[in-house]
Amino acid sequence: MEAAPGGAIQTDAPLIDAELAGRLRGGDEKAFAELLDGWSQAMLRVARGYVSSDQTAEDVVQETWLAVIRGIDRFEGRSSLRTWVYRILVNIAKAHRARDSRTVPWPALAEDDTAPTVDRGRFQSADEPYPGHWRRFPMVWPSPETDVVAHEVRDTIEAAVAELPQRQRLVLTLRDMHGYSAVEVCEILEVSPQNQRVLLHRARAAVRARLEEYFGRPSTGGGEAR
Amino acid sequence: MNCDEFVELVTAYLEGALDEATQQRFAAHLSECDGCERYLDQIRQTVQTLATLPPHSLGGQARDRLLEAFREFHR
Ligand SMILES: [Zn+2]
Repeated sequence: MEAAPGGAIQTDAPLIDAELAGRLRGGDEKAFAELLDGWSQAMLRVARGYVSSDQTAEDVVQETWLAVIRGIDRFEGRSSLRTWVYRILVNIAKAHRARDSRTVPWPALAEDDTAPTVDRGRFQSADEPYPGHWRRFPMVWPSPETDVVAHEVRDTIEAAVAELPQRQRLVLTLRDMHGYSAVEVCEILEVSPQNQRVLLHRARAAVRARLEEYFGRPSTGGGEAR
Repeated sequence: MNCDEFVELVTAYLEGALDEATQQRFAAHLSECDGCERYLDQIRQTVQTLATLPPHSLGGQARDRLLEAFREFHR
């Protein structure tokens, strides 16, 4: 899953990063345009996770790039260039969030990283013949036959992602939507590999559950299946 | 391995992060449980669909402004 949709430029190698940074410092417009086009899509989604509107997310991304233009001399290569840019992005997004009165306050509840990701009721209990096994298998999902269904599936996923707790949403956005590596996501969000995996798993399971709910509705032709 | 344990290990499995013994128990369960095979497939399908969501793009105006700002800064 390294190939990012939207063709992100890989800047894992410090050498390439140093060269890129050098070209930005030197005013190489082509290099800047490439970064702008390669990274802005994922940056918009990440920013949107912090602020309450698409417009504000776009403002955050623009401010970030302006800060990069002015501050590239301060990039020292201690992290990847992309991580450095994301750190700036997250700081600016948080500042916007703080003055954005329409945004609900940062959730006070800690995300529960230990609760089961699949409803316990789906599995047999201790007094049933096969404890811990499916009561009934997950239903078979229909293949999205029409454009309408495919569109609804994407809408369902968008809505599910929007409702995820902050950190789960960020990890899922970078990993599964934009193909960033686990290592890079750990660096950007400053979480451990273990923690990153847990967040990713919880997010995927939540989105899958919403899809299951969608396919289970009578109108979508999903219906019951063993 | 039971199904309720299996479903919690799916991402670790896909990431190649399971230890040898757990990996073997996971694979053994997968080979004999249609429900969990289906669950794993659906997680894979979810991940694939996530990668196809239409991108949020920076507006053309914003892009132009930023390129102009870059040019301006280096003038
Ligand atoms: Zn099973």
